[in-house]
Amino acid sequence: MQRQTQAIIEQTVRQEWGHIYAGLVHHLGDFDVAEDALQEALLVALERWPVDGIPNVPRAWLMQTARRKAIDHLRRRSNFESKRADLALLAELEQREEGDMSGEQAIGDERLRLLFTCCHPALAQQARVALTLRTLGGLSTAEVARAFLLPETTLAQRLVRAKRKIKAANIPYKIPDPELWQERLSSVLAVIYLIFNEGHTATRGPLLSREDLSAEAIRLCHILTGLIQNEPEVIGLLALMLLHDSRRNARISDEGCYVTLEQQDRQRWDKEKITSGVHNLKKALSTRQPGPYQIQAAISAVHAQASSFAATDWHEIMLLYNKLYELHPSPVVKLNAIVALSFCRGAEVGLDGLAELKKQSDLDSYQPYHAAHADMLRRAGRVRDAIDGYNNAIKFSSNAVEKQFLEQRRRDMLKQRPTS
Amino acid sequence: MQYMLLIYADEAVEPVPGTPEFGDFMQGYGAFTEEVKGKGLMVAGDALDSVSTATTVRVRSNNTETTDGPFAETKEALGGYYLLDCKDLDEAIQCAAKIPSAKLGSIEIRPVRIFD
Repeated sequence: MQRQTQAIIEQTVRQEWGHIYAGLVHHLGDFDVAEDALQEALLVALERWPVDGIPNVPRAWLMQTARRKAIDHLRRRSNFESKRADLALLAELEQREEGDMSGEQAIGDERLRLLFTCCHPALAQQARVALTLRTLGGLSTAEVARAFLLPETTLAQRLVRAKRKIKAANIPYKIPDPELWQERLSSVLAVIYLIFNEGHTATRGPLLSREDLSAEAIRLCHILTGLIQNEPEVIGLLALMLLHDSRRNARISDEGCYVTLEQQDRQRWDKEKITSGVHNLKKALSTRQPGPYQIQAAISAVHAQASSFAATDWHEIMLLYNKLYELHPSPVVKLNAIVALSFCRGAEVGLDGLAELKKQSDLDSYQPYHAAHADMLRRAGRVRDAIDGYNNAIKFSSNAVEKQFLEQRRRDMLKQRPTS
Repeated sequence: MQYMLLIYADEAVEPVPGTPEFGDFMQGYGAFTEEVKGKGLMVAGDALDSVSTATTVRVRSNNTETTDGPFAETKEALGGYYLLDCKDLDEAIQCAAKIPSAKLGSIEIRPVRIFD
């Protein structure tokens, strides 16, 4: 029973944390008071639930207990360091609690407000990511630190500074006004996609994928699609992440090596995720308001629906990248369009495109450029140049698994090198 | 809550007095000031004279050192301010975006610190 209760508590915490926490921040108006109160409520749950049984609605029970804990906490604090703001909050909370003797206040869903606060552009981007994972994802500070390969103290400091700014600058806890909506929504989506990408391709360290972060990003975006209706880019981002994630198991071989799209065993792709991704993509596209996430999802869907690498509709992919370039004219998008072009019309045509691109932008230290360049040289049969290309691609790679793959390719080229 | 909106701009790119552009620019400021006053947000606001009139003072080892010029030699210099009473940072951001100099330079928003 003890163990079972513990498991139920853990499950409730994981699933409900964001919901309860957001409700508490709304109720208490303070991140730290909310967090302390929720932690204390969890301790009470661990003590009481095994004896009294699990409450009917664990979320409501935790919420109610946390509110009482917050009042206790503020009362205790008001004894010796009576800040005016605290006293005012205490008075207000006590009054609200009296007016609600039933203890069954409706719990509104306040997660969207909290998400907009955590992703506010007045906060540093790293802080937005950490706050979102901590407050809405319910990941502990230690877990977030581990996921980003940072010392826990660094991450804790980042959170403290961000929370201090929210308070000092009075970053609002609300759904943004219509004139700020697009900027704010794109910040929220960028944070979710950043979390996903950190999990999808770890930027540093030995493992290519840190599944938990990707799964968390998908979960957050899924929640978001329920909270915001009629925003095709939200659904587009969900579709994009599902489609990318469908290839997770095929991206790394049993030996832990990186496997290119070309060499992936398509039987290992997650059919369920592909179906769900394509379904969401169609839903988003039906609104006829295309955006960058939807287009990227469409590209991913073309790959997902091709029976083999050779059967890929590269022409369609090239058109989609060109469309994306219209919305997002960046060298990175152009690079991808050129890669698609090279599969449509040959590696030599691709190399011409790369030469043109290099004249326009500084890509000297951009690893994907060197990786694409080396690959096209290999496909064009220019062995010596390809070896140089792989040397550059390896030099700029910071991911051990990816590096291993590039080194293998370089060894293959060295074997083919003419000895004359 | 009070926010200080510090207006930074490169004096070299601002409209020159006497030109029609300057007239529009000042009219923009007039309209903005009226708007924040009308909304009851205005606490104070002023334009500062050019950087060439700036004097910087430091006291080191009890000696007053006075130098010509601004505190920091940067391209964008502090040219004026608005002190506004806004309900939150978003309202301050929305105001800052309407200051004519936001199109030429930058507006730094700083909450006024309250000691209690």
